[in-house]
Amino acid sequence: MSSQPIRILIAKPGLDGHDRGAKVIARGLRDAGMEVIYTGLRQTPAMIAESALQEDVALVGLSILSGSHMTLAPAVREAMDQLGLQDIPLVLGGIVPDGDQRQLLSASVAAVFGPGASLDEIVTAIRGLTAPSEDERP
Amino acid sequence: MSLRNTLHADRRALSRFLSRVENQRDSVAAQLAELYHAASDSIVIGVTGPPGSGKSALVTALTKLLRERDLKVAIVAVDPTSPFSGGAILGDRIRMRELAGDDGVFIRSMASRGQLGGLAWRTQDIARVLAAAGFERVIVETVGAGQSEVDIVNLAHTTLVVQAPGAGDDVQAIKAGILEAADILVVNKGDLPGAERLLSALKTMLEMGHPTKTADDEALWMPPVIAASALKSTGIEELARAIDAHVRHLQSHGLQNVHQRNQLRAEFMAKLRESVLRRVIDSTTDDELAGIIERATKQRIEPQQAVDRFLDSFEIHRKRH
Ligand SMILES: Nc1nc2c(ncn2[C@@H]2O[C@H](COP(=O)(O)OP(=O)(O)OP(=O)(O)O)[C@@H](O)[C@H]2O)c(=O)[nH]1
Ligand SMILES: [Mg+2]
Repeated sequence: MSSQPIRILIAKPGLDGHDRGAKVIARGLRDAGMEVIYTGLRQTPAMIAESALQEDVALVGLSILSGSHMTLAPAVREAMDQLGLQDIPLVLGGIVPDGDQRQLLSASVAAVFGPGASLDEIVTAIRGLTAPSEDERP
Repeated sequence: MSLRNTLHADRRALSRFLSRVENQRDSVAAQLAELYHAASDSIVIGVTGPPGSGKSALVTALTKLLRERDLKVAIVAVDPTSPFSGGAILGDRIRMRELAGDDGVFIRSMASRGQLGGLAWRTQDIARVLAAAGFERVIVETVGAGQSEVDIVNLAHTTLVVQAPGAGDDVQAIKAGILEAADILVVNKGDLPGAERLLSALKTMLEMGHPTKTADDEALWMPPVIAASALKSTGIEELARAIDAHVRHLQSHGLQNVHQRNQLRAEFMAKLRESVLRRVIDSTTDDELAGIIERATKQRIEPQQAVDRFLDSFEIHRKRH
């Protein structure tokens, strides 16, 4: 029988009110066969972490266009860790300078996708990050 | 610690268990049976209606009110799976933002999936687990399309059918079946023009649809039509009271048992269909199936005959004489 769809959460933390990009990605991931939980605008890190817990997603994707990724991404990571979600990877989409990327990748996020990232690239990365490890297989 | 206690105490354990119920039901069959016997007084409220009628907004408003009464509430929000990709966008949480940060609320989004049907019974299992986990109200939101509004009748103690003025509110367009599914009809978006007209049209339709109702036949439930606005938070108290009244009605007429029997019968038949189909498919490879179909095409075997011959190779098909 076919495998189950990958479940992911797409969230927009912070105050910027543009979710067009997040919605385009959400649709693209749906078309790649994923189940995408979309929570809407202005989510606090605590809200995102709690949603990830209740929805039992395999990955959380953040869309941050406000430029505040250096505070928001680590804050979401910390909120998730506090709920015991260390095993759920966090990825980030937005305009993130190289220096910031390196710092984030070393601490809080598993991948960063800039505005030039193709959907295929994102899909492949998410599949890689959510592939179940041996001990998690049914 | 018993499974039930674990599900009560540990939200992550609950969440992961729900995934297993959804994905690998067989692996938790024994646990589900255990939870089934851990009786619970929780009440399942089904909410259905056309896309965009304000179901999620209403569920949010109703949940806030139930929380004021100190009832723990779980919400299961079902959205359709894309038949093309098998993926889905589950967006009901957007409207439920106000419920964030409350430990007495648990929201779970679900895709309809349903290559083999089966949405209703999977939802049933999920609702049962949430009830066993201590949620006194389980609200199940589904889009009213196709069979789902009929399925939900068997699933929920009380079924709300939500309508709203605006696109497609033409009363003629409201399917007869959906009115029969309703224990309570809600006209949402009462703040918009056209709500009054829709309200009175629905009342008329309901009265015509219940010709056998007589004043002294008190075991018959006449679905009330409630005017509400999730946006302005009006009519929610009345809606909650109508739900209470319906539950009391079920209890006082011993209908809860009837409801349970009907529900079990529907669930049994649905699970039977699903299990038989799954066993057949599991014991045949895609290539084998393709080969059988190919042969049938080449030899111009009539499809029903081809199916019968195929099924003849299975134990389950043999008739007892
Ligand atoms: N004016 C008005 N708008 C409302 C009301 N309730 C909901 N809406 C709006 O209607 C739209 C759809 O609301 P939802 O609650 O998402 O509707 P839904 O039935 O859950 O939609 P689906 O889950 O997509 O089928 C949103 O833009 C809401 O803000 C209301 O009482 N009045
Ligand atoms: Mg909804």
